[in-house]
Amino acid sequence: MSDHEYVPKSKFGKWFNDRLPLLSLASHLADYPTPKNLNYWWTFGGILTFCLITQIVTGLTLAMHYIAHADMAFESVEHIMRDVNYGWLIRYIHSNGASMFFLAVYIHIFRSLFYGSYKSPREIIWIIGIIIYLLMMAAAFMGYVLPWGQMSFWGATVITNLFSAIPLVGEGIVNWLWGGYSVGNPTLTRFFTLHYLIPFLILGLVVLHIWALHVPGNNNPVGIDVKKPSKDTVPFHPYIVLKDGFALLMFTIVFAFFVFYSPNILGHVDNYIEANPMVTPAHIVPEWYLLPFYAILRSVPDKLMGVVAMLSAILILVALPWLDTSKIRSAVFRPLYRQFYWILVADVLILGYVGAMPAEGLYLLVARVATAYYFIHFLLILPILGFKEKTIPLPLSITEPVLVGSPNLATVKKKEGLN
Amino acid sequence: MSEKKVERRDFLFTASYAVGAVGIGAVVWPLVDQMNPDASVKALANTEVDVSSVQPGKTITVLWRGKPVFIKRRTPEEIAEARSVKMEELKDPQKDEDRAKNPEWLVMLGVCTHLGCVPLNDKGDYNGWFCPCHGSHYDTSGRIRKGPAPTNMEVPKYEFVNNNTIKIG
Repeated sequence: MSDHEYVPKSKFGKWFNDRLPLLSLASHLADYPTPKNLNYWWTFGGILTFCLITQIVTGLTLAMHYIAHADMAFESVEHIMRDVNYGWLIRYIHSNGASMFFLAVYIHIFRSLFYGSYKSPREIIWIIGIIIYLLMMAAAFMGYVLPWGQMSFWGATVITNLFSAIPLVGEGIVNWLWGGYSVGNPTLTRFFTLHYLIPFLILGLVVLHIWALHVPGNNNPVGIDVKKPSKDTVPFHPYIVLKDGFALLMFTIVFAFFVFYSPNILGHVDNYIEANPMVTPAHIVPEWYLLPFYAILRSVPDKLMGVVAMLSAILILVALPWLDTSKIRSAVFRPLYRQFYWILVADVLILGYVGAMPAEGLYLLVARVATAYYFIHFLLILPILGFKEKTIPLPLSITEPVLVGSPNLATVKKKEGLN
Repeated sequence: MSEKKVERRDFLFTASYAVGAVGIGAVVWPLVDQMNPDASVKALANTEVDVSSVQPGKTITVLWRGKPVFIKRRTPEEIAEARSVKMEELKDPQKDEDRAKNPEWLVMLGVCTHLGCVPLNDKGDYNGWFCPCHGSHYDTSGRIRKGPAPTNMEVPKYEFVNNNTIKIG
């Protein structure tokens, strides 16, 4: 079923495979043994691959019409929207595609957090994933600058100015990033270049991400090791392909809803005003998917420390496999962690909400409490919980909980029902 | 291994690494430096502004090196307010006399020192400027009084060419 020696049937296939074993690779991918208890939260890897390819294809076609010049960029985007055949469709898929990409990646990350997929032996998969996530944020930020509207310009100004917080060399770095003394044409052209490059870097990292995944195999909702291949696994094709395919279909319905019925709801009207270096929009907000980190930035009254806090909030995830001291992967068997998990979800949602609100009064207070809690979760609660928590006994196999007479049947059923 | 004595070959290795490092550095530096402000950007180093039509209490905004510059003709009350502030109250202590050589005219970069937004004129708790992005308040001398910005708004190099013209840069 899995890593047996694959021999192509046709003579040509055999000749080719002996020289470049692509068919062996395809066979490995198709037969790849997958835990048979994977639920729909495991379909987001496939959905994310779809998102990446969608962004690359629509991005390439947009680049055929877009002009990366401060005097022409805004107009060329309007040209795409009004004159280019189906330009509106391609651009709306691309701009909403970024949001869909982040929606899927957040679900993917939080699935990992719930089921402990970042734990040994999957730390490298997790860290590659965090690098992909960082690159996604860079790509999304630079892409948002390209239409050269007011939000583009001022978003670029605020984010690049984060680097000015670095003592001594900060200003030099910012001028280097800008290629001038303010965000201008040199900034736009280099952002376009990098925005074009990053998706291909992500594609390369996705290959590594999947490669690293195929070494230990998938984690699963029960979170125990699965012998592969065995009666606990099913081959990737057709079982997972079809399940992923169905989930993707559901996902594209949501995607299409945004593209066709409310293509601008996730954007900001200010970005339909051309960039003006003399006037800052009254209320600058980043795209929704960056709001929690923006809230953390603003909750710290000191410029340098605000930037440090924001970056730490992301980079702390790299250390997560070691901060979480519990040997039990799945939250299904960790009654306390499960509660803290949902508090963290709520905390991040609250940060996202206050990130969109003005940084004053009650909003600022809430942002500060939520920021503090975010760090407490990772730096205090997780390390301590691993030692203090009384976990529920693990079943012997992923099949056991569903078999009648299993000692864990009642507990597992009850606990899974709660999720 | 460690007590092995130094051979001619060790010298060759070290020399090769050193030359290699210099070579890589020489190739990388142009690739890094090309991103710095270029000659055409640097050439736009100064701007002359006619300020004869600015009424007392009004601010004009001009563009210099792609950044807005506020030129404010201050009223006597605003000057008095700026000069009466005690140094202890300031986050970034600076005398108004040092910021505005000619007290009537305040010339400074209209760029918030927090994250680079353009503050709004005649707003905020100190009757000077208010940055809408993250809520920094500046006084009538453009000094930071409240909010996340670390320093006062920067005063660029400028001079009065004659009574009506300011040269920035």
